[in-house]
Amino acid sequence: MENTKKNWPLWEIFVRSKNGLEHRHFGSLHAADAEMALENARDVYTRRNEGVSIWVVESKHITASNPADNGELFEPAQDKVYRHPTFYDLPDEVKHM
Amino acid sequence: MKNLYNYILTIADNSLILAQRLGELCGHGPNLETDIALTNIALDLLGQTRSYYQYAAKISDENKTEDDIAFLRIEREYKNCLLVEQPNTHFGYVIGRQLLFDVYHFMFMEKLQNSPDETLAAIAKKGIKEVSYHKRFSSDWVKRLGDGTEESNAKMQEAIDDLWRFTDELFFMTEAETTMAKEGIGVDVSTFKEKYYEEVSEVLKEATLKVPENKYFTKGGKEGVHTEHMGYILAELQYMQRTYPNMQW
Repeated sequence: MENTKKNWPLWEIFVRSKNGLEHRHFGSLHAADAEMALENARDVYTRRNEGVSIWVVESKHITASNPADNGELFEPAQDKVYRHPTFYDLPDEVKHM
Repeated sequence: MKNLYNYILTIADNSLILAQRLGELCGHGPNLETDIALTNIALDLLGQTRSYYQYAAKISDENKTEDDIAFLRIEREYKNCLLVEQPNTHFGYVIGRQLLFDVYHFMFMEKLQNSPDETLAAIAKKGIKEVSYHKRFSSDWVKRLGDGTEESNAKMQEAIDDLWRFTDELFFMTEAETTMAKEGIGVDVSTFKEKYYEEVSEVLKEATLKVPENKYFTKGGKEGVHTEHMGYILAELQYMQRTYPNMQW
């Protein structure tokens, strides 16, 4: 608790770089509250015209998967090639698949 | 033309010197986020300064460049107000100085963007969005520090009390300003003096700070009579151009 009093909490910053695109994780920074996190994000991550919208979320609200569980979480998907749409011929007109 | 030239410098020098002061903090901000925020503001101001100086250079009859105007004048020829040259004593001073200038700067730009002088109006129209953010940043911080801990409140109050005496000069009009205002090109700053003090007082009250009551004000910068700090600022600002004339990179 002592530590949290002295340091501002950490925030994760998501920036939408263009209308129509999704918000993407840009990085993290420290701020005392959400409003300051937005302003800091504006200054740290969008000063070269990178964004049109910013989301901030306090890092403690993010639940992350445990790297130790990677085996059971992700490995079963590795040998199931039929889950990838690689057996279809895609017409040239369809882009970004 | 002389009046317009001087008028442009009166506006631009404020931004140049404040940018230089903020630039001193690059790498020395209280934390990474605030450091970048302050240097962003410095760069905004410097960008505005360049537009003004380019315009001044264009109408100058002495074949000057924007760099000559920025770097090769002597102290008495700089027309910035005393407020912007005050030192970064501590973070409270940086933020206090910023608030006292930003509120003025925003109201000034609001008027300047309606100037019939197309260049000045265009600079103001572009700059007002930047200045609007500067004001938001500084008033937020004044509120945080004023309404923060006992120590931050005391430091913020100290800075405001100390800088208050420079606020009146913002509304002092030099000959060039009076003439340009009369011609309808420049801004008559006296028209928003009352509004300025109202808005600053509102921020201070919200920050649980006392609005200073002292009626002693000082001025001189706009006529070239600066405080003892100015020489040091210029020494640093001008060093490269004085030592290596015409150098570029």
